[in-house]
Amino acid sequence: MKLTLVTGLTGLLLLGTIVELLRRRQLREKYGMLWLAVLIIVIPLSLFPRLLDNVAELLGVASGVSLVLFLGIVFLLLVCVHLSWEVSALEEETRTLAEDFALLRAQIDADRAARDELVSTDG
Amino acid sequence: MVNGKRTLIIIPALNESGSIADVVGEVRGELPGVDVLVVDDGSTDRTAAVAAAAGARVAKLPYNLGVGGAMRLGYRYARDNDYDVAIQIDADGQHDPRYVPKLVDLLDDNDLVIGARFAGEGDYNVRGPRRWAMVMLSAVLSRVARTKLTDTTSGFRAANRRVIEMFAGWYPAEYLGDTVETLVHTARRGYRIRQVPVAMRKRMAGTPSHSPAKAMIYLGRAFAVLTLALIRR
Repeated sequence: MKLTLVTGLTGLLLLGTIVELLRRRQLREKYGMLWLAVLIIVIPLSLFPRLLDNVAELLGVASGVSLVLFLGIVFLLLVCVHLSWEVSALEEETRTLAEDFALLRAQIDADRAARDELVSTDG
Repeated sequence: MVNGKRTLIIIPALNESGSIADVVGEVRGELPGVDVLVVDDGSTDRTAAVAAAAGARVAKLPYNLGVGGAMRLGYRYARDNDYDVAIQIDADGQHDPRYVPKLVDLLDDNDLVIGARFAGEGDYNVRGPRRWAMVMLSAVLSRVARTKLTDTTSGFRAANRRVIEMFAGWYPAEYLGDTVETLVHTARRGYRIRQVPVAMRKRMAGTPSHSPAKAMIYLGRAFAVLTLALIRR
């Protein structure tokens, strides 16, 4: 009973955190929705840990809790890979921006130099 | 102009204020009528200012992107300003600009020309894992490109319009991507690659590393980059 209380409360606390972050717009919806979906699965499991025992048996896993642990690790790994992928995309975007910025600055410098030359030859 | 072609010399530079003025000066002295673009890859010293004072056009990146990032910027500049030929030269002074007309000549029948050491001209030797890496890269890339390539990591290259156009849209920013992966990509798309022997000089500033551990890491990374490049489309 004690354990159920601990796991259940942890789940609710996480849910509250995500909702609050979403409410303050500090989390993009696409990520917020992912974590909400995860918690909606996890909270019932934290209250009734034996829910997955049948599925576990089907897969040859000794207990439903081990199955949850295994799936949890796989899921977290996938999330990490996804974040690396997002960072790679972001780096590509910032790279393009940096290049655009450097090209524009070079163009401005060239324009300014040309104008200065025009002024000095006129004057 | 080199041989009647509008030519841009691209010099990627990171903290090279010690040598960049001499390099720019030498290029402009040897090759009157070419434009020089120094791409300052986020230097923390006065590279950009020194290069501009020496008469180069300067594009200054807001932060360091690596040689590949600097070079794509250079090729974009070449494409946007309608150059016939873009030539990459290192900022440390090891490439002799007197070879440039030779590279440009070969662009008549080729799309990408590489100035290569170890190809009979000049003296330069490496040993250990670095040598193995070079041998491996040369063997594989020569097959892929269907031409003899001995110095695949050379930063002395000339590109014609077609290759400028391609590099302006696609140029890897990762380690060794700027040399190895671009060669695979270019060869796979049917462009003609050719190398021409050049003598390399001692760097005017800075020192190459000689640590065996670093050489091993280099070999590993070269192998990884090459494998990735070959399995990519």
